Amino acid sequence: MKTTGLTIPPRDILENDCWKELKEFTDARIALGHTGASLPTKEMQKFSLAHARARDSVHMPFDYNNVREQVEKLGFSSVYVSSKAPNRSTYLTRPDLGRLLSEESKKNLIDLNQEDNDITLVIADGLSSKAVHKQAVPLMSSLLPYLQKLHFKIAPIILAEQSRVALGDEIGNLLHSRFVAMLIGERPGLTSPDSLSVYLTYCPHAGRLESERNCISNIRPEGLSFEKAAFKFAWLLEHALVKECTGIELKDKSDDPSTYNLIRPKKKDIRLA
Amino acid sequence: MYKINLGTITYQFENLKDLMAKASPARSGDDLARISASCMEERVAAQMLLADQPLTVFLEEPLIPYEEDEVTRLIIDTHDKKAFSLISSLTVGDFRNWLLNENTTSMKLASVAAGITPEMAAAVSKIMRNQDLILAAKKCQVVTKFRDTIGLPGHLSARLQPNHPTDDLKGIAASIIDGLMYGSGDAVIGINPASDSISAITELNYMLDEIIQRYNIPTQSCVLTHVTNTIEMINQGVPIDLVFQSIAGTEGANSGFGVNLKVLDEAYDAALGMHRGTIGDNVMYFETGQGSALSAEAHHGVDEQTCEARSYAVARRYHPLLVNTVVGFIGPEYLYDGKQIIRAGLEDHFCGKLMGVPMGCDVCYTNHAEADQDDMDTLLTLLTAAGVNYIMGVPGADDIMLNYQSTSFHDALYARQVFGLKHAPEFSEWLENIHIINHNGWLCHTESSPILGIEKL
Repeated sequence: MKTTGLTIPPRDILENDCWKELKEFTDARIALGHTGASLPTKEMQKFSLAHARARDSVHMPFDYNNVREQVEKLGFSSVYVSSKAPNRSTYLTRPDLGRLLSEESKKNLIDLNQEDNDITLVIADGLSSKAVHKQAVPLMSSLLPYLQKLHFKIAPIILAEQSRVALGDEIGNLLHSRFVAMLIGERPGLTSPDSLSVYLTYCPHAGRLESERNCISNIRPEGLSFEKAAFKFAWLLEHALVKECTGIELKDKSDDPSTYNLIRPKKKDIRLA
Repeated sequence: MYKINLGTITYQFENLKDLMAKASPARSGDDLARISASCMEERVAAQMLLADQPLTVFLEEPLIPYEEDEVTRLIIDTHDKKAFSLISSLTVGDFRNWLLNENTTSMKLASVAAGITPEMAAAVSKIMRNQDLILAAKKCQVVTKFRDTIGLPGHLSARLQPNHPTDDLKGIAASIIDGLMYGSGDAVIGINPASDSISAITELNYMLDEIIQRYNIPTQSCVLTHVTNTIEMINQGVPIDLVFQSIAGTEGANSGFGVNLKVLDEAYDAALGMHRGTIGDNVMYFETGQGSALSAEAHHGVDEQTCEARSYAVARRYHPLLVNTVVGFIGPEYLYDGKQIIRAGLEDHFCGKLMGVPMGCDVCYTNHAEADQDDMDTLLTLLTAAGVNYIMGVPGADDIMLNYQSTSFHDALYARQVFGLKHAPEFSEWLENIHIINHNGWLCHTESSPILGIEKL
């Protein structure tokens, strides 16, 4: 089409930001450009797409049979449990139900007749089954050598559906476990719909406060790597054994080499301070 | 026992706590706690009965017993009777009328603030519509200072929130550059660290200190970690501007956060001892949010909005620079959708300001809530109309560490543009001098900006 002098060239409307090269340092939405003070159309729609994907992933069902097969390949047996929340929509509005075992699951754990375990690993869907499907088993494999070094007796692996963090307290207690670790899907972010957290609790029992746990978050290849997360986790375990507690009394100083004892980072993976 | 007869039906409420909970506008958290009204008529009945209660009833009938809770003791023991006397003869309904009256000026509101308990603020908010919450809050001005002045009428500040999932220094610096180039950061440059390792957060504090000093930026920094970590760093001589803590409205919920008033007192003393503010000594930064007491199972059957207002009594003890409600962060089990988040944001801002607390708001939601960016635009616009002190500035509104959506650098500029507001005055002058924002408030950053290159520090 022939244009007159009055036609606006579309690219003249926007201002690009001249610091785009900084995007190599972060996944944050920087250097988006602007029209006036507002977001350009393309960036606005990229955001909408990411939000739509994150919304969709909250509702993905937990494929525990697939996780069970992978856990068996690592040489562990597993037990499926569910919380008292019967479905996703109840789970989202009733976190209290997500913290309690269903009667059937409770009975199944009691029937295991477990005594004196050092640690129970719970693979729990939380708010992102996608995170658990992708990250839980690789993290577990990175963790196992450290647990062997600590001579830990490991309870059967628990696969928990419609689960909240505190569900681990009841599980750990029923399995007579000194520690419980919840490997649980975080609530999905726009750039990380598949991020895993680990919550570590000493002497798990109903009524534990959030301040009595240690958390390692953002575990995924693009975030905290499996090896780094596993080392941090093992460091916390070793120091929790000495302090006989987890939570705010146990400060994470895992990047301070002077604190290292049995648990040490693999040199090639960890940047020493 | 509280009773109201509405013609054919009589509604009864067991006690003041029950009346408050049933008068509270609908939200999922009160349903979860099973304390909300059972039908809409019961809710309005409770609101009508609540309007008839004298304000003094809240001094006589504490919702959480004095003996059981140190926050109740704080509220009762520090109640300023002289400030209260002007409004002491009013009912909750009269109080609403008084707040909205044009003769009730900013100065009068400031003079009664110390006489208003959280329960009084919460009660009146329950019988106010959204426009009432906006109008009354707009008249309450709470101004604080550290290196710049926050909360002046006609101004809107923003916290630059450059979080990074692994606390990578260059990654954080990149977001700081982006934020500064968009004129964000006059409330604080505040990082939520992914780690709570002392050495990692110490590094972050040194980096922020160096950036602020090198560019002579009239703002303050904060690494939002547990208060005991911050005290440890202060003792080691790490440069700390503001001391942060998440707080709640009951002793039990605070204990869930690992704090109590004694620990906060110590932190406040340590922060004051740093003497790093240039124009003021408001040194504390608190975050709150409806639902935290319930989530810690420490709400004593008190509704979540009243528990939230009680956290402002904790905050005001320490004359903070910044307090913000992280309104939609907690999730749909406490605030279900955009409508509930918007209402809660307006309530929190109003209650805090009425009590003399410098309220900001993290206008936000999570991906498991029934909300989206349109809801955030609405709340941001309403809060700006209400005179909110500050909002968050997150690159593209997407926090890649905390996994939630907030407001962006662009959003703050939008709000200033629509309402004709300015940055904090000292910061505004700095932005003009460094050619980021011109005197009209328009972006004028260029490739030659000295800010570019911070990541090479």
